[in-house]
Amino acid sequence: MYSNIELFTMILVIVLLTKPFGTYMYKIFEYKPMKLDKVFLPVENFIYKLSGINAQEEMGWKKYALSFLLVNTVMMIIGYIILRIQGFLPLNPTGVKNMESSLAFNTAISFTTNTNLQHYAGENGVTFLSQMIVIVFLMFTSAASGLVTAAAIMRGLSRKTKLLGNFYADFVRVTVRLLLPISMVITLILVWQGVPQTFAGKIVVDTLEGGKQTIITGPVAVLESIKHLGTNGGGFFGANSSHPFENPTWLTNMIEMLLMMLLPASLIYTYGLMINNKKHALVLYISLFVIFILLAVGAIYTESHPGVAYSKLHIDGTPYGNYEGKEIRFGVSQSPLFATVTTAFTTGSVDSMHDSYTPLGGAVPLILIMLNTIFGGDGVGLQNIIMYTILTVFLTGLMVGRTPEYLGRKIETKEIKLIAIAILVHPFLILFSSALTVMLKVGVSSVTNPLYHGLTQVLYEFSSAAANNGSEFAGFIGNTVFMNIMTGLVMFFGRYITIILMLAVAGSMAEKIPAPPSPGTFRTDNALFGAIFIAIVVIVGALTFFPAIILGPISEFLSMT
Amino acid sequence: MSEVKKAIKFTLVLMILLGLIYPFIMTAIANLIFPYQAKGSIIKVDGKAVGSELIGQKFTDSKWFMGRPSAVDYNAESSGGTNYALSNPKFKEEVERNIEEFLKKNPGVKRSDIPADIVTSSASGLDPHISPQAAYLQVERVAKANNLPEKVVKKLVDENIEGRFLGLFGEPRVNVLKLNLSLLEEIKKNKK
Repeated sequence: MYSNIELFTMILVIVLLTKPFGTYMYKIFEYKPMKLDKVFLPVENFIYKLSGINAQEEMGWKKYALSFLLVNTVMMIIGYIILRIQGFLPLNPTGVKNMESSLAFNTAISFTTNTNLQHYAGENGVTFLSQMIVIVFLMFTSAASGLVTAAAIMRGLSRKTKLLGNFYADFVRVTVRLLLPISMVITLILVWQGVPQTFAGKIVVDTLEGGKQTIITGPVAVLESIKHLGTNGGGFFGANSSHPFENPTWLTNMIEMLLMMLLPASLIYTYGLMINNKKHALVLYISLFVIFILLAVGAIYTESHPGVAYSKLHIDGTPYGNYEGKEIRFGVSQSPLFATVTTAFTTGSVDSMHDSYTPLGGAVPLILIMLNTIFGGDGVGLQNIIMYTILTVFLTGLMVGRTPEYLGRKIETKEIKLIAIAILVHPFLILFSSALTVMLKVGVSSVTNPLYHGLTQVLYEFSSAAANNGSEFAGFIGNTVFMNIMTGLVMFFGRYITIILMLAVAGSMAEKIPAPPSPGTFRTDNALFGAIFIAIVVIVGALTFFPAIILGPISEFLSMT
Repeated sequence: MSEVKKAIKFTLVLMILLGLIYPFIMTAIANLIFPYQAKGSIIKVDGKAVGSELIGQKFTDSKWFMGRPSAVDYNAESSGGTNYALSNPKFKEEVERNIEEFLKKNPGVKRSDIPADIVTSSASGLDPHISPQAAYLQVERVAKANNLPEKVVKKLVDENIEGRFLGLFGEPRVNVLKLNLSLLEEIKKNKK
């Protein structure tokens, strides 16, 4: 009962926040005047001036895509260099050494691509300076990158010009007007609840039993707020959001969940405003929540009814449920809920260890990162949703035998080709690299749990990398040269191929002349469309991943009954 | 080339703003408003730091209430869980071992009364809490070891239970360090 109250409270809060935040993002993307322009404009102009940017220049899709790639590459390289020399730099009270090259390669890509897969443990893998100028910095910029490319794509589908906006100006506006202000407020709320924000480093205490305990603190709160707002997910500590310093109370747990949901959910409303079709956006919004709620309820049920693994132990006290790898303050209700949110909204932060979930409970986050469309991360989530929407329109067009149209523009061979590639990249990256890994000794050596669950570990690792999620079945040994390079490449291609393809689709759609809908046009703003949309997402997902899921979690489940 | 230069300048400007200026300002504000929390919620007894309210610590002696099993042995320089799959034989071995140990430490306890949390490892390895049930089951042992009446020790547990907020949110729990600190006070009071 409590879990359902928590689930529906959260959804209620998000529904209430969707309109104000969706409208706010619309104003940012459409350069509408705001009350706080007096505060924001000087900061923005200062950044433009320092970096020599002409904020007025309008870019076509190619220029926009190139600027995006260029800035991301530069950030990746600078991040890599800092990690490699971090031991020589200041602000290192915990005495961390320079990062090894394959790990730094993996980490730089991981944070630039909004993945935050971590093959290092935060406590002793990076210095405080790296936590700030690499990790926190990239958490802001990767979220901004996702959001602005989504803005460009939305413009392509709604404008009557080929120009999609200015990458740099969009980027600065999203950072200054959206990400920074929210992060500042949340940082203080988190500190109030107990998340540290200090440069003291190690504190040695004398325990009650007469021993010593060394406690690592640090600038945790600034990381924690953007980590969730930016759907990033990388932890300050190895245990991520299960660590009491990252997530000390049930309230911070709920705030972190709400933050992950906030922008991807609100962005669908922004989309409705941009394309001037709020009903279509509402249909998508409801459809996605239907899938989300079903999976969340399933995960909560399996974790509180763990089956034979526990009934055989004959411990029947209260609380009962799968408590292995879970914290008391979150229990078996908020933990699986967090797991569902972090994978649906493609963040990757964890407040419990997914590796120790029941087979079907662990299958829920796995399925969500395989689908990679149930809201998704900041910006990229919407891009994937648009991708599936266009596919849905195309398929229904085939069924009724008419040229498919989306938002008044014809969908033709070129767009469908691009979208087909974009949809196939994700399963290809996951299944190909998983297959390769289980065939190679150097790959199998990373597996730490037996049999079916071992395969699930591999599938989870690559699904997480390809979806730019970042959560892991944490028993899996990620920090090997082989895995660092493999997942590094998967994260890179998983991120950039889809975004570039979707920008190309938007560029191509922008060139078409929109026609008013005729009575024969297939409607995208009613329940029928919603149902078909859900069916297409589920069918495409099932066709590609069902065999793998049978071999992993389902076999494990059956072997235990 | 000028595009590359622009991208580099852009990166550096944002890096200084978001990676240095912003965290430093927030650290200053946070320490001004919430100095206790910002520094790690460190509890002091007679001016000496004994632990953080939020970080679990190791208790092995029978006279203290004990926390959950920890994959990192409550070493707060690291963190994490066992990451055993439920289908992994090691999971069963580990939990069986924890159950046996708990029963040995607390002879009056029936196996079927044991709650799941006290015999399974937490996610962080630093979980500061146990369930109320896990605390009550230790009352008999703790009372005996400290020569205190069971009623008094049970009352300490009662007082240290944090319930659901508004009866709805969060899980009922007991902070082990805080409970042991109130126990310590009780012991000191009795000595006088």
